[in-house]
Amino acid sequence: MNPFSSGTRLRDMIRAIRACKTAAEERGVVRKECAAIRAAINENDNDYRHRNLAKLMFIHMLGYPTHFGQMECLKLIASSEFPEKRIGYLGLMLLLDERQEVLMLVTNSLKQDLNHSNQYIVGLALCALGNICSAEMARDLAPEVERLLQFRDPNTRKKAALCAIRIIRKVPDLAENFINPAAALLKEKHHGVLITGVQLCTDLCKASADALEYFREKCTEGLVKTLKDVANSPYAPEYDIAGITDPFLHIRLLKLLRVLGQGDADASDLMNDILAQVATKTESNKNAGNAILYECVETIMSIEDNGGLRVLAINILGRFLSNRDNNIRYVALNMLMKAITVDAQAVQRHRATILECVKDSDASIRKRALELVYLLINESNVKPLTKELIDYLEVSDQEFKGDLTAKICSLIAKFSPEKIWYIDQMLKVLSEAGNFVKDEVWHALIVVISNASDLHGYTVRALYRALQTSVEQESLVRVAVWCIGEYGDMLIKNVGMLDIEDPITVTESDAVDIIELAIKRHTSDLTTKAMSLIALLKLSSRFPSCSERIQDIIVQNRGNLVLELQQRSIEFNSIIQKHQNIRSALVERMPVLDEATFIGRRAGSMPATVSTSSGASLNLPNGVAKPSAAPLVDLLDLSLDDAPAPSSSGGDFLQDLLGVDLSPASNQSGTNQASKTGTDVLLDLLSIETPPVQSSSSPPDVLSSIQDNKSPVASLEELALPSSLSGQATTPVGAAPMMDLLDGFVSNPPKPENNGSVYPSVVAFESAALRITFDFSKPPGNPQTTSIQATFTNLSPNVYTDFIFQAAVPKFLQLHLDPASSNTLPAIGNGSITQNLRVTNSQHGKKSLVMRIRIAYKINDKDVLEEGQISNFPRGL
Amino acid sequence: MIRFILLQNRQGKTRLAKYYVPLEDSEKHKVEYEVHRLVVNRDPKFTNFVEFRTHKVIYRRYAGLFFSLCVDITDNELAYLECIHLFVEILDHFFSNVCELDLVFNFHKVYLILDEFILAGELQETSKKAIIERMGELEKLE
Repeated sequence: MNPFSSGTRLRDMIRAIRACKTAAEERGVVRKECAAIRAAINENDNDYRHRNLAKLMFIHMLGYPTHFGQMECLKLIASSEFPEKRIGYLGLMLLLDERQEVLMLVTNSLKQDLNHSNQYIVGLALCALGNICSAEMARDLAPEVERLLQFRDPNTRKKAALCAIRIIRKVPDLAENFINPAAALLKEKHHGVLITGVQLCTDLCKASADALEYFREKCTEGLVKTLKDVANSPYAPEYDIAGITDPFLHIRLLKLLRVLGQGDADASDLMNDILAQVATKTESNKNAGNAILYECVETIMSIEDNGGLRVLAINILGRFLSNRDNNIRYVALNMLMKAITVDAQAVQRHRATILECVKDSDASIRKRALELVYLLINESNVKPLTKELIDYLEVSDQEFKGDLTAKICSLIAKFSPEKIWYIDQMLKVLSEAGNFVKDEVWHALIVVISNASDLHGYTVRALYRALQTSVEQESLVRVAVWCIGEYGDMLIKNVGMLDIEDPITVTESDAVDIIELAIKRHTSDLTTKAMSLIALLKLSSRFPSCSERIQDIIVQNRGNLVLELQQRSIEFNSIIQKHQNIRSALVERMPVLDEATFIGRRAGSMPATVSTSSGASLNLPNGVAKPSAAPLVDLLDLSLDDAPAPSSSGGDFLQDLLGVDLSPASNQSGTNQASKTGTDVLLDLLSIETPPVQSSSSPPDVLSSIQDNKSPVASLEELALPSSLSGQATTPVGAAPMMDLLDGFVSNPPKPENNGSVYPSVVAFESAALRITFDFSKPPGNPQTTSIQATFTNLSPNVYTDFIFQAAVPKFLQLHLDPASSNTLPAIGNGSITQNLRVTNSQHGKKSLVMRIRIAYKINDKDVLEEGQISNFPRGL
Repeated sequence: MIRFILLQNRQGKTRLAKYYVPLEDSEKHKVEYEVHRLVVNRDPKFTNFVEFRTHKVIYRRYAGLFFSLCVDITDNELAYLECIHLFVEILDHFFSNVCELDLVFNFHKVYLILDEFILAGELQETSKKAIIERMGELEKLE
């Protein structure tokens, strides 16, 4: 009985589903049907099995789960009737695919059907095999398919040929078995068999070098003749499309010839004539003809060189390119990309047309054209082409701007003939599409600007102008803010004026206005605002007259909800307020950023160049900030995790230099700013209440004290950039307590309870002159907290005065220091100072305590500073 | 090679979906949704080709129906465009003036026609007449 012939229920079900007005209603109908089908499956209902499966296929197409019907397919396939088998195979192809294990069960049925006496049933089996064959089935059934390639019925032969394709795609090893029967198919007259045979040979050539060699030798001539016959055949209504006989066969033949001709001059020679004929004689006013021409051009480009043919091919592409049909232009662009390696000059001739295609309204064409233009650009034409692209950037679609911007930036970087051009073009891109510019691109721009010392003034003025009109482009704002911060004075005084520039008058407050705007604009993101704060700090020193106003702006951000901004404002404010004398040194212009390092880092060699505290990296002008800062930073940086390794050692040093590294340790931004003015300044900035007279200590003392931190002295000396600074900066800072930078970190806790030590005492620190012992105790009920009593003993014959002990811990610890029992430590044996510390370990049980300490005191009014790290705390504190 | 063939109406309802590469059901639905989104709003003047993931979709619109073929990036786009048209002509001939409803109620026949036209992701027969005749023979066996 036929499930589809009359008013059966499949039609009714489809009607019922179509009548549903809402999705919920539809789900209801489907649920009911599925329930009925499941019931029928459980009852093993034979009469309606194929109808039910047909329904399931429809339900499956609507997107509902139908896995429960899979076994029904197998049962139907096993049936002896053609209609049932037909539905079974259809269901098999729709509901299952090669990955399901159920498929294993069908192999046997397939084998039987492939050997069936009814050629229609053989056809069904071949069709299923061709569409869902797995590697395993391919191995099992390859002999059947091989045999069927010689079957008398052409319908079976063509299906078997396509099955063979699937089989060798799954198991390339089986290719050998098919070489001979496939070659036989090439002699066929039946188009269906011929086209599938040609396709099979093409796939065999890809799968096996033997096959390629065999076909090249035995079949090239025959194929050329076949193509000639097809191309010259009289009107054949059965295969005619737009006046051409079987364009599909043309295309398949051209493709196989391409495979055979590639890399073989003899085979290529054989096909020259027919290719020339197809290229010249094919009608190009219809799609079918163009499809053939397109394939022919590709074959000409791929086979061994024949100058005449290539000219012909390029001319066809030129015609395509000026075609009004978008499809044809698209394929022309596509093919020109391949042609560029063959004949770049010829492609260059079409540059203007290609450039027009970049501006097409169709995204597919634009994308192709842009890629092609990208390949076309070289040193000689980069200027005009870039100009065109940038001009187009203005009017292009939003969704295309990302691609376009990336390509333009890459072109500018790759081919820029001189720095001023690079900067000009980048500024244009930033003004037009700054929001699409990737971070590394504007970072690179800053590196270039920094290196172009004669263009600093020009650049900062150009940026200032650009910012007047394009304030909404985030990355433009960032670059501008950075440059104004660095080169603000050049902006005001028109330093380094170039001939091409118009003079502009910018007052100091204009420059501050611009930055204020950037920081207050609510769309500015964190990075921009943070960079603006740094720029303000720098300007506060460059423009003394605006200093107060700048301080106001900074103060406004002290209450910012974003921690990073809040912290920067508080720190910067205190620099402006309390440390006038070091400020100018702190905010010195950045050292020139090293291009080679930056490029190298971008190329992936980053870890080598920035590996912290390795001597080599310290020589890099860029590397300066980070490595030198690192040991000092973690002395105080409570946000760092484990003391010795600075957390951002592998980080983006450029970002660090720019002060935009907001991720791991927020404290660092401030310290990085400072670091570039020299280590000694940094030391002082970071020192907690350095004793007043420390200034009298000579630089070597300072440096040697850092030795504990594993930084080689030599490299640190190199680091002290402006060596003149060392004395000048140290003196005033010594007098200025820096406690305020760390406000809130140190407080006066209540008297610690001392429950006696359950842990062994340790000698925490011992030098020739001083010993510190720690006694530990734990307050009951709070395992995270440890009370430490530090006892300081003087081992020298001199009295220490102004004795100060300082300590810092990583951020998983909290430290409270009580006042010391005295600030005078009597000479040997005559007594000691004690001081109580309380440490709370938030990672109790996972990490043990670690601490950095610094002890400052005076011997006969001479400053001594000692530092060290304590990591020998008893376990479990 | 053809990866899959989709026949969808303007609302995105799938009328035929044939996959020549194995995909999970959920992935199939996603693909159908994405392809529909890609083709449905394109201007008729635009190319009939859109890049889709690492492949490209060749589509053609007939009244409210979109025929989309997903093919390899190196395949001949124009040829597949012609291929879609041939398929539509076959359907038109078979159903004599085909409309969407024919395809809905006779979806299984559409699959059978397709299986005579394309197999294993490759073109099997280029003669409309041969396919119609073959369908006639198969119908007689029902």
